Amino acid sequence: MAHDHDEHGSELSEMQLRVRALETVLTEKGYIDPAALDAVVEAYETKIGPHNGARVVAKAWIDPDFKHRLLADGTAAVRSLGHDNRVGDHLNVVENTPRRHNMVVCTLCSCYPWEILGLPPVWYKSAPYRSRAVKDPRGVLADFGVTLPADTEILVWDSTAETRYLVLPMRPSGTEGMSEDELAKLVSRDCMIGTGLPKAPGAH
Amino acid sequence: MDGVHDMGGMDGFGKVVAEPNEPVFHAPWEGRVLAMQRAMGYAGAWNTDMSRFAQERLPPAVYLGVSYYKRWALAMEANVVGRGLASADEIATGHALRPGKTLKRKLSPELAAVGAPRGSFARATNRPARFKLGDRVRARNIHPQTHTRLPRYVRGHVGEVVLIHGCHVFPDAVALALDNEDPQWLYAVRFAGRELWGPDADPSVKVSVDAFEPYLDPA
Repeated sequence: MAHDHDEHGSELSEMQLRVRALETVLTEKGYIDPAALDAVVEAYETKIGPHNGARVVAKAWIDPDFKHRLLADGTAAVRSLGHDNRVGDHLNVVENTPRRHNMVVCTLCSCYPWEILGLPPVWYKSAPYRSRAVKDPRGVLADFGVTLPADTEILVWDSTAETRYLVLPMRPSGTEGMSEDELAKLVSRDCMIGTGLPKAPGAH
Repeated sequence: MDGVHDMGGMDGFGKVVAEPNEPVFHAPWEGRVLAMQRAMGYAGAWNTDMSRFAQERLPPAVYLGVSYYKRWALAMEANVVGRGLASADEIATGHALRPGKTLKRKLSPELAAVGAPRGSFARATNRPARFKLGDRVRARNIHPQTHTRLPRYVRGHVGEVVLIHGCHVFPDAVALALDNEDPQWLYAVRFAGRELWGPDADPSVKVSVDAFEPYLDPA
């Protein structure tokens, strides 16, 4: 719709000016350093993203001791991986099994494990996902093309506090002998939120 | 408050549509908003629940009608003015007209480069937890006019304590004053889908929320 498109375009320029004005005021007041803002933006555009979580999942798939620690205390286990995997506190890792599928939402705002998955996609922050995930999770999964057996238990985790949830998906069959790096490539962002499944080996 | 932000279980918003190859930010200003929010939070200008409460108080049509980062920007302006950190005339002219207040600290580019990770919300307590794993609890039927993190769709319903997260800063209190952390025990409480949505609901679905002790009664 052209009308919507035009409105969107004018909102962008209006917002560019409005946000620049706010940044200038806060900078002149001495509250913020624009160079720090540049660094935050760069970190989220280049360093912090779902590849961080994919490495955690792949390691859990090949290292039973790490998996055990990850499920017991997600924050401590991820932190033990070192400098490249900084994580905020209160990470809970929930494991998918043949009988049980986990899915994560924040109905009240858009809480998401930023440090390990990066910033959430627009759909995660949208009203359709926030409203339906807790009432019709199978319908939401269908929107993503995912169908699970009717007797699979669906556990939805509504992130209503500062705890954060990461889904540990099931390791796909046919991946025996694959390296941690190869396995990490099968782990999509959506399968760590619970709206997708890992890719099959050889799929692209 | 019972606002439109409390969306769990509402109908009519349509399908979930994922954007292929979605960029991290859709316009440069979105990144500036995110980074400013991080920097002002680090400085102690306000806390995360004050940000949420400012969004919740936007007019409902505005909340639903603007993009995620525009909602953040509107809430940030409201907090900047509401907390006396700058005045509306300064934001309108785009320049500071008066000296700033003194804040706790300033986010450095070095810390920002690792994404300025969140701090801890856990607090030590001598008070024992009122509930243990497996306890049946009823979410209280409360409707505060102020900020709360107990969603409407669980109020009045009975669930089971499945995780004990520890004692955490209480959002309902700290949204109103920076130094009013009032730490409370925090639990994951799991509800059967049919308890929440009635006998026609999918029997295979269970939903948990993270609930602070003041939200819960024994059932």
